[in-house]
Amino acid sequence: MQVLSNTVNNYLVLASILFAIGVMGVLVRRNIIIIFMSIELMLNAINLLLVAFSVFHNDASGQVFVFFIMAVAAAEVTVGLAILVMIYRNTGSVDINSLNKLKW
Amino acid sequence: MKTLILTALLGIVSMLSEIFGFRKYLWTILVLGLTGVFCVNLSELTSAYQYFPNMVVFDHYAGVFSGLIILMALVWFFISKDQYDSNEFNQADHYSLIMFALTGTIVLVSFTHLAMLFLGIEILSIPMFILAGSRKHELSSNEASLKYFIMGAFASGILLFGIALLYGATGTFNIHEIALIASNNSGSVSILFYTGIFMVMIGLAFKVSAVPFHFWTPDVYEGSPLVITAFMATIVKTAAFAAFYRLFNTTFAPLIHQWGSTLSVIIIFTILTGNILAVYQTSVKRMLAYSGIAQAGYMLMTILLTTYESQNALILYTSSYALSTLCAFAVLHYVVKIKGSDTFESFSGLGKSHPLLAVIMVISMLSLAGIPPAVGFFAKFYLFSAVLQQGYLALVIVAVLGSLISVYYYFRVIISMYSGESETESIQLTVINKAVLVLIGCLIILLGVTPGLFIDAIKSLT
Repeated sequence: MQVLSNTVNNYLVLASILFAIGVMGVLVRRNIIIIFMSIELMLNAINLLLVAFSVFHNDASGQVFVFFIMAVAAAEVTVGLAILVMIYRNTGSVDINSLNKLKW
Repeated sequence: MKTLILTALLGIVSMLSEIFGFRKYLWTILVLGLTGVFCVNLSELTSAYQYFPNMVVFDHYAGVFSGLIILMALVWFFISKDQYDSNEFNQADHYSLIMFALTGTIVLVSFTHLAMLFLGIEILSIPMFILAGSRKHELSSNEASLKYFIMGAFASGILLFGIALLYGATGTFNIHEIALIASNNSGSVSILFYTGIFMVMIGLAFKVSAVPFHFWTPDVYEGSPLVITAFMATIVKTAAFAAFYRLFNTTFAPLIHQWGSTLSVIIIFTILTGNILAVYQTSVKRMLAYSGIAQAGYMLMTILLTTYESQNALILYTSSYALSTLCAFAVLHYVVKIKGSDTFESFSGLGKSHPLLAVIMVISMLSLAGIPPAVGFFAKFYLFSAVLQQGYLALVIVAVLGSLISVYYYFRVIISMYSGESETESIQLTVINKAVLVLIGCLIILLGVTPGLFIDAIKSLT
């Protein structure tokens, strides 16, 4: 921690808090759309962190990585929403508790 | 590199086949194409080239693993053919998704830049989310797809946070530069670096379904269509292990004292949980999912080894696991066709009605359990002795105990095949299907009888 300046530390704390909110959202919420939003929040926290580190290291590759994450996240959420539509057609609900066919 | 480009091209060809209407010949084109890619891959094996300034490297490690993956994909194409010939599925879309997933696996075995690791995982995962849900009107398939998606995205998030922290600590994404920084100050690495390593480990443990991050695996494997489950359990798993091994053994090896004990605990829990829960299953498909979790524990053991042998052990073990599991899924596929169910009872009488299928199943079960004539025995033996040489005695004891438990549920299949009455319903296998099954069966036995040949072949490439 001592290697980082104060400004980057603040970004690190903010990104960690955002990431933690995202993780809690995925684990706690039952509505599938809210879960998707929480996943996006996790990814955006990572983007923020990468940009902050990129400026700190004076190195552009972190910012390029952010573009990869944005593009992939868009592709991923497209597939996710398609899956959600498929489920809504079959069950008429977007609640994750309506899915209980598979159990050990 | 040619392997990667050609695989992606085959995916595009599959999509074009829908437009230009040569769908009927698509299967043949893809099988011939993959054979061609395999030959190209063989010709590239002995070289080690870096591409796109240090993004990917095609060394012998990448070559051997992509060869293995393409070989398994070829076998998969033969097994799944009849599934896609019946009009239940939209053939061209499925084949193109499979080819793009294969592209992802080839990126995963050859990355040297953390961005390529992330992209490889996503290129592999996104088609698999779709394929898992490809039975649109079946609720179990929908559920499998959603669970796979949420868990996959969640794991990618954790992995990415780890990558971001590693970048913060080192200022680079290149795994060789990170390794250099790690070995230069192995005593005093910043806390960001450690946290990064552990988050990357958790993210990858999700992907290889190691306990305690395994809970999605049985549900997803059970809900997905059977041929897709076969693909996930063999090809996807092999690629995930290749990535895990490359990252941890090249990059984080200097810091093994910090993460080694955590990984050991994960391995012990994976082996015990996987094997014990597999005993209680009534469906063979679900049993194979738990057996996959248990086998993941054995494969993770190679990551702890710092010797040169660990690479051979990993290659031998993944090929033995993947071949045997693919075989088991092929037989299960035909059994489900005959009986319409995948419980242990549906295997009863198979020994009388379909002797060939029964013999192939016996070979693959023996190999998975690690009984001598099959390759599984030698893979386990080679792995355990290498682990023992490094002084992880407790780990080997747990692994052997786990193998003992596994004999129970693997033999349950064999016993139910050779007891009980055979039924009149039967299925006609085509000559090609029979030939492929016999070929893999022979390969499993042959590699088990003369394991030296395989090891020498791998060593001669290095």
